[in-house]
Amino acid sequence: MKKPVQTYSAISESTNFHERRSLWHRIKLAARKSPYTARFGVVVIVLYVLVALFAPLLAPYGEAEVFPAAYEPWSSTYIFGTDQIGRDIFSRMIYGARNTVGIAVATTVLSFLIGGSLGLAAAIDRRWIDQILSRSVDVLMAIPSLIFALVLLSIFGSTVLNLIIIIAILDATRVFRLTRSVAINVVVMDYVEAARLRGEGISWIMRREILPNILPPLIAEFGLRFCFVFLTIAALSFLGVGIQPPTADWGSMVRENANLLQFAQYDLRSGLTPLLPAAAIALLTVAVNFVVDWFLHKTSGLRDEQ
Amino acid sequence: MHPVLGTVLQRLGLGLLTLIAVSIIIFTSIEMLPGDFGQVVLGQAATKDTVAAFRLELGLDKPPHLRYFDWIIGVFQGDLGTSFSGRAASGQDRSREVADLIGPRLQNTLFLGGITALISVPLALALGITTALYRNSIYDRSVNAATLTTISFPEFFVAYILILFLSSLTQWLPSLANVDSDTPLAERLHRIVLPVLTLTLVIIAHMMRMTRAAIINLLASPYIQMARLSGASQTEIIIKHALPNAWAPIATVIAFNLAYLVVGVVVVEVVFVYPGIGQLMVDAVTTRDIPVVQGCALIFAVTYILLNLIADVIGIITNPRLLHPK
Amino acid sequence: MSNRDQKGNVLLDIKGLKIDGFSDEKWHEIIKGVDLTLRRGEVMGLIGESGAGKSTLGLAAMGYTQPGCRITAGEILFDGSDLAQLSESEKRGLWGNRMTYVAQSAAASFNPAHRLLDQTTASTIRAKIKPRAEAHSDAKTLYGALSLPDPDHIGDRYPHQVSGGQLQRVMTAMAMSPRPDLIVFDEPTTALDVTTQVEVLSSMRAIVEEFNTAAIYITHDLAVVAQMADVIKVLRYGEEVEEASTRVMLSDPKEAYTKSLWSVRALEKPAQKPSDTLMSLKGIDASYGTIKVLHQVTIEVPRGSTVAVVGESGSGKSTTARVITGLLPQLAGSIEFNGEALPKKLSERSKDQKRRIQMIYQMADTAMNPRQTVRDIIGRPLEFYLGMRGDKKEARIVELLEMIELDASFLARLPGELSGGQKQRICIARALAAEPEFVICDEVTSALDQIVQEGILKLLLRLQDELGLTYLFITHDISTVKAIADQVVVMNQGEVVEQGLKSDVFQPPHPDYTNLLLSSVPEMDPDWLTNLSRQRAETAS
Repeated sequence: MKKPVQTYSAISESTNFHERRSLWHRIKLAARKSPYTARFGVVVIVLYVLVALFAPLLAPYGEAEVFPAAYEPWSSTYIFGTDQIGRDIFSRMIYGARNTVGIAVATTVLSFLIGGSLGLAAAIDRRWIDQILSRSVDVLMAIPSLIFALVLLSIFGSTVLNLIIIIAILDATRVFRLTRSVAINVVVMDYVEAARLRGEGISWIMRREILPNILPPLIAEFGLRFCFVFLTIAALSFLGVGIQPPTADWGSMVRENANLLQFAQYDLRSGLTPLLPAAAIALLTVAVNFVVDWFLHKTSGLRDEQ
Repeated sequence: MHPVLGTVLQRLGLGLLTLIAVSIIIFTSIEMLPGDFGQVVLGQAATKDTVAAFRLELGLDKPPHLRYFDWIIGVFQGDLGTSFSGRAASGQDRSREVADLIGPRLQNTLFLGGITALISVPLALALGITTALYRNSIYDRSVNAATLTTISFPEFFVAYILILFLSSLTQWLPSLANVDSDTPLAERLHRIVLPVLTLTLVIIAHMMRMTRAAIINLLASPYIQMARLSGASQTEIIIKHALPNAWAPIATVIAFNLAYLVVGVVVVEVVFVYPGIGQLMVDAVTTRDIPVVQGCALIFAVTYILLNLIADVIGIITNPRLLHPK
Repeated sequence: MSNRDQKGNVLLDIKGLKIDGFSDEKWHEIIKGVDLTLRRGEVMGLIGESGAGKSTLGLAAMGYTQPGCRITAGEILFDGSDLAQLSESEKRGLWGNRMTYVAQSAAASFNPAHRLLDQTTASTIRAKIKPRAEAHSDAKTLYGALSLPDPDHIGDRYPHQVSGGQLQRVMTAMAMSPRPDLIVFDEPTTALDVTTQVEVLSSMRAIVEEFNTAAIYITHDLAVVAQMADVIKVLRYGEEVEEASTRVMLSDPKEAYTKSLWSVRALEKPAQKPSDTLMSLKGIDASYGTIKVLHQVTIEVPRGSTVAVVGESGSGKSTTARVITGLLPQLAGSIEFNGEALPKKLSERSKDQKRRIQMIYQMADTAMNPRQTVRDIIGRPLEFYLGMRGDKKEARIVELLEMIELDASFLARLPGELSGGQKQRICIARALAAEPEFVICDEVTSALDQIVQEGILKLLLRLQDELGLTYLFITHDISTVKAIADQVVVMNQGEVVEQGLKSDVFQPPHPDYTNLLLSSVPEMDPDWLTNLSRQRAETAS
């Protein structure tokens, strides 16, 4: 038998190796290649965050400051005019950023904490915990969120805290479903079994094996859930059962000034006033959707045909 | 027994269980009212006796599970309780049956929803399928951008923009959709053009995107590539190969969006002051008229569950693995 | 009746073909200038490792480019017309008509909503080659020629009602129905069990010969290609290495790479002297829920040796591994390790017991956390079992890397940046880090190319020699068993059929199942399949 010819060496096998770039470098690269929609989205989001953070510095007047001039048209004193009680709409718009967006962020974070941890627990213990949680979530999701929220708010009253808790719990059901399905895909991997065989504890497995591998879809979902929560809270406020006056909130501002719309044919700008808070809501949601869309495209590695 | 039948019955049973669980939740919610709500409803001037009589009428002296059964049996008989509004501290009771309140409102909402569904479903399916087929063309990209923006808008925003351009500025259409039982059909349709348009725009955006995603997913299946390689034309691939496997995902998309319609209707009714069940519920929530809230919530939940059930059943009866078992 | 010597004119002539593929946001060359000439009635075997471009070339021979690929140069002359220049509709006229394709996964390639007969005859009817009734009866004749059970009625079934091997044959009937000039077979038997593969191979070859169809047979299995092809072409990294007729190629390959492919199967471990028992399983019964999957399994593993557990899918080999590791507690029976009883549940075992038994998985892709570096992957067992930290740990990791024939430059790499063979080596290093006594190798080479397999097997043998390891080697591949086993355990449907020294198990007389299994393994002899078919036909009659 001839001596086998050495054409093989483990080190020189062809691989996908490329120089790993630092996080900062990768962010710069991604930014350069991003589509205009995503860039637009990021700019808008940053703008909103800044306005929300620096609201007291930016607003010319107070949030609930009343002037003896109701329904003033747009002018140099009151940029967007005043509302039905005589409060400056421009200032309330700025404070609205802080309130509406802030409450929406808090609610989304809470829903992720609840839904995410329960989803992980259900994925890891596939027997009792999973069955109980999944069935309960199925039942909770059988009632449309808005309706359920209306029922609960009618009982407990519409305080900011109630709003945050109720919406967070209702939304946590969706987060639960997603986290569970994504985590289950990871839990069945051999490397999780290898960790189990070693005798690693549950928290180690969750932290080091599962969590890093489910982050991309969770981050995308955070964006989407934020949009949903944001729109729901705005809708509830618009209906009058969400954030209550005198807190400045975009949803209720639309309702308060809705009848100005009829005057559009006489004074267009006054007619536009109720649309301003609504447009503010729409703009942020569009921006977040654009960014999430781009993020999903990048992380799923989908190849569109050339 | 044929597996399809078995699976369908199983699914129906599950639906029934869910309905029961949901009704328990809705019922239990009233349990969580603070103890003195009787006082709140009747007003500060109500005497202790009046409040006690009120509580007796509501059966609050009986244990919860008995009350639940009373309520459920009442529901099946069409009795959803009596509204809280119209009750005075004096004990005078001008309250109305919840069922009487809901009845006509439900009809109106179904009318609105029905017209919307009739228009939006075919349109959304057509858009979704064509954009999936001509993926990444200018047509697809522009429709995608347009719908991505539309789904980000709150319904009231879309509604008010339409009102601005089609009503306030141009006076073409009425901005209030107040109809009642006497309004003739033609007038009704005229009044609801704007609400229907609003709902249609919102629903189409969602439905079209989901349909597109489902079809693209389907077109990526290996048997589609195989069909291409055996010489099938694009049309044949869509109709003969993709479509038979598309019923389940499309049914799910439609059901999901019709359920979404059920919710979207609430905001639209409020904006256009349309006398539907959505507006009734919102008013009841504002006045904390619990029986009405309960009744409306129950109806919404039933509709939602029913729609999902239909989608599941369609998915089951079109599944070739269940239709032709080993 | 062999038509192999009656070849006709040139049917397919590919000249200087270059194809690019799009990945990582760039175009890479997949096929780098390949020529291919195929005559009527000739069968060409296209072999190479994964990534060599065989599938891409096979599809290109039909003028089909997958999404994400484009032809950059060359011509594909099919009976005179250049497929690279034709429009999509012109090519469509050829597909399913004069050229057909048999895919690797029949289960995924059939439409679940249509009956098999309709799918088999669809392209024939569409191209108006035969009217419907004639096409259907012809399809049934083809089913019979391919040895499918109940040929008259099997076409009425749906794809999910039929087994994998049967589906592959139905797909062959579908490819043959329009009597094409060319069939491209893309790894059609790779996903099948060895005993099923034999049936499918002989059916395929018979029918290709009967109708004198030209065929391109793509595979990575050398023994299979030896049975099917007249001419063999070897591909590597998108380029041709060598081409010759089968007999010439097998007996006298010219290129070094080709020679190395052939020599892979020559590895054989010499016999070992016996020693004491390290692990023994006695009378193990196990079940998944209510389904019993292991019946009275008894295995003895001597220290320092390799016991190969061989069987097809569903035989219970992997389940046995799960019982040993404690993931699936047995219903009855006992396991003894190092003379002590081993608790059946993982949670009841001590850290030391867990340390001494290690497992290496089949798919290295899913066996390593894609977000952990090589340093973390190998380092964790050192930390966890041996309490190593800091410099000591780092030095030991480098030592382990060198043991598996890699070096320190791999420390910061992620699994996605490693080749298949390198990944598996890291998994081996991870197992070694725990300083185990007993290592379960669960089909560790099955997912690798043949040359890489040889490297891994040699490594495992060397490690066993140096460290005194004991292996339980689970596999379905007989040549791997010959290469590294001392003892062999044959399993079928949850039972141990035969057990003993390698030399004993491979000598006749065999129990029926072992006989079936061993005889179904293709060998590097072009006449093997013919002889086997004749043998089996004689035994059956």
